[in-house]
Parts: sequence; C-alpha cells; structure tokens
Amino acid sequence: MIKQSALKPDNAAFRETVPAGEYFLKVVKAGQTVRILDLEGNQAADTLFYNAHNPSERYSAADTIREQGNVYLTAGSRLMSSENNVMLEITADTCGRHDTLGGACAAESNTTRYALEKKCMHACRDSWLVAVTEHEELGMTKRDITHNINFFMNVPVTADGGLTFADGISDAGKYVELEAKMDVLVMISNCPQLNNPCNGWNPTPIEVLVWS
Amino acid sequence: MLDSLNSAAPLYDDLIPGGSHWSFIMRRGHVLRLIDETGGANVGMLMYNPENPLERYNMPDTLKNQHTFLLTRGHVLLSDMGRVFASVIRDDLGWHDTVSGTCNAELVEKRWGKKTYQEAHNHYHRNGSTSFLNELAKYGLGKKDLTANLNWFSKVQTDDDGNMAFDANHSHAGATVDLRFEMDTIVVLHTCPHPMNPASEYPSHPVRYQLFKSAPVNDADPCKLSSPEATRAFANTALYHLFQ
Repeated sequence: MIKQSALKPDNAAFRETVPAGEYFLKVVKAGQTVRILDLEGNQAADTLFYNAHNPSERYSAADTIREQGNVYLTAGSRLMSSENNVMLEITADTCGRHDTLGGACAAESNTTRYALEKKCMHACRDSWLVAVTEHEELGMTKRDITHNINFFMNVPVTADGGLTFADGISDAGKYVELEAKMDVLVMISNCPQLNNPCNGWNPTPIEVLVWS
Repeated sequence: MLDSLNSAAPLYDDLIPGGSHWSFIMRRGHVLRLIDETGGANVGMLMYNPENPLERYNMPDTLKNQHTFLLTRGHVLLSDMGRVFASVIRDDLGWHDTVSGTCNAELVEKRWGKKTYQEAHNHYHRNGSTSFLNELAKYGLGKKDLTANLNWFSKVQTDDDGNMAFDANHSHAGATVDLRFEMDTIVVLHTCPHPMNPASEYPSHPVRYQLFKSAPVNDADPCKLSSPEATRAFANTALYHLFQ
C-alpha cells in the first residue's frame, strides 16, 4: 500500500547517509519515527531490529508474517518480536512491498547461490558481524544474526509454492517509514550484493532519518 | 534409495506423544523418518551443528537457494554456512511449511485455553516456543538460538496478494517424511500445534520417528542434483568433512 509521509526531512532530528556495503547501528526510542530512504533506487536495505534493552528479544520474520496473515510488508504492517511484542509499525511506504523471506546475503550463501568462487565477496552478514564485534558493549555475537527485512526488495511467492526474485520495485527517492513502539536497536546492512538485480548490479547509498 | 530403507528394520523406533518435545543428535549417513500416526500432526523442528551450534538451520537460505516457498522431496535443508544438514529423500505430502514459526504460550492460551500441569498432568497445553527452549537448554543454547523453524506435515499457502492460509486437511494417517542427514546435527523437535491451526480443541497428534542407516550418497543422487545451488551446498559439506 502506497502511503506518503507528512514528515519533512528538514525537521528530522537525525540524518545519516550510509554508503553501499556499510552498516548502520542506532537506537530509536519508542515514539520516534525512522525513515529509510533509497537515494538512487533499487538498493536493498537488510535490516534487523532488537529490543534496545535486551537484544535476545528481536525481530521475528515468521511471527510477523503469521500474525498479519500476509508474507509481504507495507504500510500498516506491525513488526513482531520473538517475544510476541509489537516492535515497530510501518507508517508510510512509497515503495509498496518489502520482503522478509529472502534473508541476507552471506559469504557462504554466495557460494551456493552463485558460485563457490564467490566466497570472498563482501556480503550483508559480514557487515552485521563487523557491527556486533565493533560494538562489544552491546553483548551481541553471530548468535544474534537472524532473519531480517529486505526493505525495497520484491520476492513474490506463488500459490503453487514458488518463490522468485523479481527486479526491484523501488526507485530513487522512495522510502519506508516506521514508528518505534519500544526502544529498538536498528541494525542495517546496506547491501553490497553484486550478483543479482536487487541492486541493479550497482549498490548505492541509502539515507536514514529519525524524527523525535 | 528408498527400497533399501523400506526393507530394513529401523535401528530405533519411538513415538512422541502430541504436544510434547524431544531432541537428539543425528549422525551423518543416517535417516530420520517421521510418521504422522493419526493424521493432522505437526512437527516443529530446528537444527544445529553439534561441533559449532552457531551453525544452524537457515530458513531464508533454504528457500531462496531452491526458489521455493514449500519443502518436499528433492529439497535440501541448509545451514547458514552454506552446507546441507539433511536431504528430503521421501515425502508423501508434497508440501511442508517453514515460514509460519511456532506457537507460543500466549497464542495457545488465546486459541485453546490454559491447561496447567497441576490440573491436566501430562496433557497440559505445551507450546512450541517453550518446548524449543526446553530442549535447546540441554545443549547450552537459548533464546538467541531460536530461529525460524520447520513445520513438518503442515501446509500454508499464499494467494496472489500474499495472504496466508492454513490447510486443515493436509496430512493423513501414515504420511511419512524421510530426512537423510549429510552432517552430524542436533535435532530439536516438538509436536505442539501449528500456530495457524484453527481447530477448536488443542490439537494433540502423536508422531512416530524411526532411525535408519542410509545408503551411500552417490553423484547421481536426486537431492544433490536437484539444483546447481544444492550441488554446490553438497560440495561445501564435502569440504567440511575433508578431514573425517
């Protein structure tokens, strides 16, 4: 569902551009709104959410899609935690559909999906592993890397059980906006994937904005 | 492949009552057979590498590598490290779910009411999430290891708009799934209801499990050849076993 936001970037309390292949880590407080902006189009923002006070409670793809009865995320979707709590709600979306089934690229999944020789290519799960090891104060490790949302990605499921990776439905300037319902740690890998059309074979920057 | 199993007596044969949980280590080169005794069963399942439990079943990698939303014969179950925990070498049903997660205490109480051990003894209403945690703790694992699980014998279909629907008449008595393990694997199971099961009474269906020695996996193996992705995952698994 396409839904525009009334929030103005000039009024944002926080703005940061995240280059392709980099990670983004920030606590967003309950009641604040975070926007992820696809600056140049067809970028995938692989995102994990954690309870900022207890990261063993985290975003759960399975609980989210089951509780809303639909496998796609868009405006109105409530993102559920592993403890059955609403973490965030998507309050605006100019893209219309986001994926949470496809997971994130890894060095190891690149070997199976594309070629064994792809194992040394930079991948999303590498970005997250660097994020948690560079922030030891969070007490997080590889155990915390779970199933994520791929904002701006389109992964259609068919009635006969097929799953395909379609070309991106995003474009330059499209965004998704979420209101936090609890204090959440947002961890994004701005996807460096060079092997499929999710980034148009050209990973590009995103911008993250937060309104108080 | 299947004939050799069907003619052999299982190495072990056991029944897990409905609404229960259990776990064990499968060794590579063995088959785990799951049988829906009465029809309508659900088996929640998680998998970990006993040598390094940070390696675990990965739902997205399993689905996207095989371009599938369902699991059936010919599919492989992948770890997050690009390797094959197990291959599905037999399936009587054609569709098993791995996207809907598992029931938790709140969901079970809301749908089927609360039944405590105090009042119902071993017929109390257990839930999938607590059952998984109960078994995971036996291996030093916990909440952070609880990932998207498999739901054997359960079917969840989507329409063109992505709306999900549970098929309440999917599995029948005697329906069988055979999983051939390609790596040593901690297998965590529960027989709690599928979280989308609309039954008015708490669904409690026993599941039989049997263990067999599997025939060697050759280069013409249908699971190994099912997709280029599966072939490469088998290559990664062979590399893992290089020194064994």
